[in-house]
Amino acid sequence: MGTAIEVITLYKSYGPVRAVDGISFTVEEGEIFGMVGPNGAGKTTTIECVEGLRRPDQGTVRVLGLDPQQDGYELRRRIGVQLQEASLPPRLKVWEALDLFGSFYPRRVDGRALLEQLGLADKRNAPFEKLSGGQKQRLFIALALINDPELVFLDELTTGLDPQARRAMWDLVRGIRERGKTVFLTTHYMEEAERLCDRVAIIDQGKIVALDTPENLIRSLGAEHRVVFTADGQWDDTPLREVPGVTRVERVGERMVVYGRGEGLVSGVIGTLEGMGVRFRDLRTEQPTLEDVFLALTGREMRE
Amino acid sequence: MRGFWKLLLVQAKLYLREPIATFFTIFYAPLVLLLFGAIYGNDPTPLFGGRGTMDVTVPSYIGLIVVTVGLIGLPIGAAAARESGVLRRFRATPLHPLAYILSDIAVYLLMTVIGVLLLILTGVIVFHIQFEGNVLSVLAGFLLGTTAFFALGYLIAGLAPTARIAQTVGMVLAFPMMFLSGASMPLEVLPAKVRAVSQYIPLTHVVTLMRGLWFGDSWSQHWKEVAVLVGCLLVGGAIAARTFRWE
Repeated sequence: MGTAIEVITLYKSYGPVRAVDGISFTVEEGEIFGMVGPNGAGKTTTIECVEGLRRPDQGTVRVLGLDPQQDGYELRRRIGVQLQEASLPPRLKVWEALDLFGSFYPRRVDGRALLEQLGLADKRNAPFEKLSGGQKQRLFIALALINDPELVFLDELTTGLDPQARRAMWDLVRGIRERGKTVFLTTHYMEEAERLCDRVAIIDQGKIVALDTPENLIRSLGAEHRVVFTADGQWDDTPLREVPGVTRVERVGERMVVYGRGEGLVSGVIGTLEGMGVRFRDLRTEQPTLEDVFLALTGREMRE
Repeated sequence: MRGFWKLLLVQAKLYLREPIATFFTIFYAPLVLLLFGAIYGNDPTPLFGGRGTMDVTVPSYIGLIVVTVGLIGLPIGAAAARESGVLRRFRATPLHPLAYILSDIAVYLLMTVIGVLLLILTGVIVFHIQFEGNVLSVLAGFLLGTTAFFALGYLIAGLAPTARIAQTVGMVLAFPMMFLSGASMPLEVLPAKVRAVSQYIPLTHVVTLMRGLWFGDSWSQHWKEVAVLVGCLLVGGAIAARTFRWE
């Protein structure tokens, strides 16, 4: 497995605003690499510099061994791109879009089969303006795949989609990787990055603040698990604080949150509550997520 | 130039799917010709030096189609493709910018030609209009006038920040031109003061050139028209190229 993308100290400013502030990373062939961060963090600027659509102020970008600025035409033959902001003529039909974009490439796959795979077969004759948000996104994915690219860029793929459509989109992206392609995506949904990506770069204010697999990022945080439940009546929560692994207990009225680490945390909490005869309900556990990683690294919530 | 022909075909289909653009490009001029032909007929009149009203109207109306496509249809289409993000999407493919621009020009030219042919056909079949010129000469004059106005159209699209502003500017320029250039009403029926203004309107030079070539004038009689239109083409084209942007 070689390197698909190599970015070394990339800088890009818009006037006084430093959108990308010295970013370096590599993307390996065959992986789903995600860049995650809040809106305005510099994700789209970075991905568009890599695609060759924007010219970096400084830094080196190599994509499939090519310089996106110098060898743009050669590169665009070999990559597939889904842009965050793009459109098609309102009255262009789905099949015409695939036929047209296919004609721009020396090598292309069967558009009919692509529509079948993306669940757009019955929309073949629909004009672009009549498609739903999810259908438009799937059509843009089809266009990004029409040339059988080695590397696929997906910028904010699931923004504006409902949760069900989002999950369907994740399956599609996994399918792209299974066909041996490399995927570079951006998202501002931490959950999406966590579920979908092999490796994640967390980006904030134009800088990469962490880069690893989602599991490693969460583990490195050493974050606490939480046991959350509701309990009626008056009772003393001191014994809970003595359960092995528990670090602290928060009580807000009837609602309890027990923080702690270790395998026996949940059974310890439940055992203690039952031993005390406390009636509890709605008990659930919460694992740390990338959301917590972001909070720990930047001191801010992802969504302000 | 991979993708050029397919793009041209698709753009032509898209154009014909816009009923308003199709109507004003292809059917409006022939319909107005039929209307005024029914009123005035095509009998020879001293006002036009012994030619009929329709004989003169057909070459003049070519200017009507040219200005409609060049200053209304083209700026709206070009600015909207940029504003909506269609151009951005094309830019992320290996399609060469020149292939895109040439196919864009070719589509508007194709639609203008169809409109003009239908206009001439209506004139010939219904009103038996006279033609005293050279076909190649008329064709060359037509191409000069059309490309000059397309350059002005791309200039408007390039300078206008949005499609809406491109549309407004195009219409504000196009409608007075239609009436003051002799394209809708022959210059002969306009008052002398209005005719003085007409000389400063680019469309007047398209109409004058088309009418002249249509009745067999030589190019040397129309050096002024040619100079103005070549100027529009060069200046408009240069500014349009500088102000072109993908998004």
